[in-house]
Amino acid sequence: MGLLEVENLDAQYGRIKALDGVSLSVDEGEIVTLVGANGAGKTTTLRAISGLLKAARGSVRFAGREISRLSPDRIVRLGVGHSPEGRRVFARMSVRDNLELGAYTRRSRSEIAADMEEVFVTFPRLRERAEQRAGTLSGGEQQMLAMGRALMSRPKLLMLDEPSLGLSPLLVETIFGVIRQINARGTTILLIEQNARQALSIADRGYVLEVGRVVFADKAAVLLASEAVRTAYLGG
Amino acid sequence: MKFGRERPFAVLPFLVLPLVPLLDRNNSHIDFLTNAGAFILLALGLNIVVGFAGLLDLGYAAFFAIGSYSYAMLASQQFGIHIPFWVMLFVASVIAAIFGILLGAPTLRLRGDYLAIVTLGFGEIVPQTFLNLTQYTNGPNGISPLDSPSLFGHSFGFSATPYYEVMLALIALAVLLATNLQSSRLGRAWMAIREDELAARHMGINTTTAKLAAFALGASFSGLAGVAYAAKLSLVSPDQFQFNVSVLVLSMLVLGGMGNIWGVIVGSFTLSFINGFLLPQSTNLAHSMHLNLDFTNYRFMLYGVILVAMMLFRPEGLIPSKQRRAEFREAKLDPALAAEEQGEYTLGPGPGAGTGG
Repeated sequence: MGLLEVENLDAQYGRIKALDGVSLSVDEGEIVTLVGANGAGKTTTLRAISGLLKAARGSVRFAGREISRLSPDRIVRLGVGHSPEGRRVFARMSVRDNLELGAYTRRSRSEIAADMEEVFVTFPRLRERAEQRAGTLSGGEQQMLAMGRALMSRPKLLMLDEPSLGLSPLLVETIFGVIRQINARGTTILLIEQNARQALSIADRGYVLEVGRVVFADKAAVLLASEAVRTAYLGG
Repeated sequence: MKFGRERPFAVLPFLVLPLVPLLDRNNSHIDFLTNAGAFILLALGLNIVVGFAGLLDLGYAAFFAIGSYSYAMLASQQFGIHIPFWVMLFVASVIAAIFGILLGAPTLRLRGDYLAIVTLGFGEIVPQTFLNLTQYTNGPNGISPLDSPSLFGHSFGFSATPYYEVMLALIALAVLLATNLQSSRLGRAWMAIREDELAARHMGINTTTAKLAAFALGASFSGLAGVAYAAKLSLVSPDQFQFNVSVLVLSMLVLGGMGNIWGVIVGSFTLSFINGFLLPQSTNLAHSMHLNLDFTNYRFMLYGVILVAMMLFRPEGLIPSKQRRAEFREAKLDPALAAEEQGEYTLGPGPGAGTGG
């Protein structure tokens, strides 16, 4: 059984249906990516998993436990970290305070300090800027902070919403390298990307979303090679 | 308790101020200081809601009313119940906290302007209710006299001094509580909510409980203020808790510096000083010079001038909190960012509520 099992998830914003029977699963240790065009329902899927949006129907099981009715804070405590769309760092707080807030659900000071050290090792730039206000960081640095902050809750599953958005190609390389590193250290990853080619190239498996439905699901390599996926999402 | 350790100088005023009645025998001065103290308590309470958690509350006087009426109903001839003053301090702050939760709960999904309007409504409803429940509250006549507090068998009587000392003790307690709250886990949760509520939820902060805690704790301070104020006056009536009280307390925060405990105290005392001392004294002076001028009539004009001047020259307040200062400095450096932030605050759901995916 997978670490995360999403089954037949329906979600809506008011009367607009955003998800229409989405099913997906993520196994422990995997990198799974959710790709698709703007408005396909990628962010909505993550929001439904982390409890920020209540699903109208369907089930979400994490580590064998039904979580679709739990509040977002309970879900974070269970081990689902979510680096949000648009980064949303606390702009007027220092980098360090941002990371501290990432560990809000945890109590042990020594463990938090150790994890902060690990984040600083992963992202040396954040250590350099630890006392700087997050709003003064560059876009790439803010993305690193958003990811580091999500890691501070010590998640079993880390969900990343468009980490490459608005970054230079070089920085995108760096960020994707770090995602692989984090995964190699044992954190399972669910990655949302518009940059489908790049995402599929580091993922084990992928799902292609189209107006709220999963239209393709396969091994990443198979999706990358698939004629249909190539023409629709990878620009031929 | 970090209070004395981190800021040893903070203890000093609470060692010196109790001695003031020994130096200044003028009862009206002590009376003025006591009233100013009640407003400092109110300002410290509202600061938890507005300054720490960023929830704009325009009806805070409602909790002052609830605290005062609790004392009036439970410590007077009204129902023949005579709970001691000291017990009532605790009881009334609990009652006010409960109402803080009751009135806070319906507003949890509201932000910015909308929250302000609903709290404004509550601020009007509560005194109106006390006014109309004539059989319990004597309506517009209010309830009087109220039990005079006593300590070790000595009744407080009509001197302002014992009330002054009690008020100082309550302020010391409130400062201690507020300081510790600010640096607590809950304090960090409030700060995160004030910055970005959606991001706060991503961090695993239960925003519902954190906001309700802010409403409850903020209201409990005004429960204390209400009891002490009502006991000193030996009277409560609905007209003591009008909208202008809510505005006055909020102005104290704006003037002093929202979110900064010492700023709030300075702002509060400054407005009280203008209101209760400077204007009446100037009027007396004018009269003694045979000028027919009543400066107290210009009170609200003066507030207006002060607030406009503050907004123009020092919007972060006299003694701003670290974050507030950052906020306004940023606004100066980057108007575009500030405008975006502004939009996010006032227009309800921010970009995170989008349907993208």
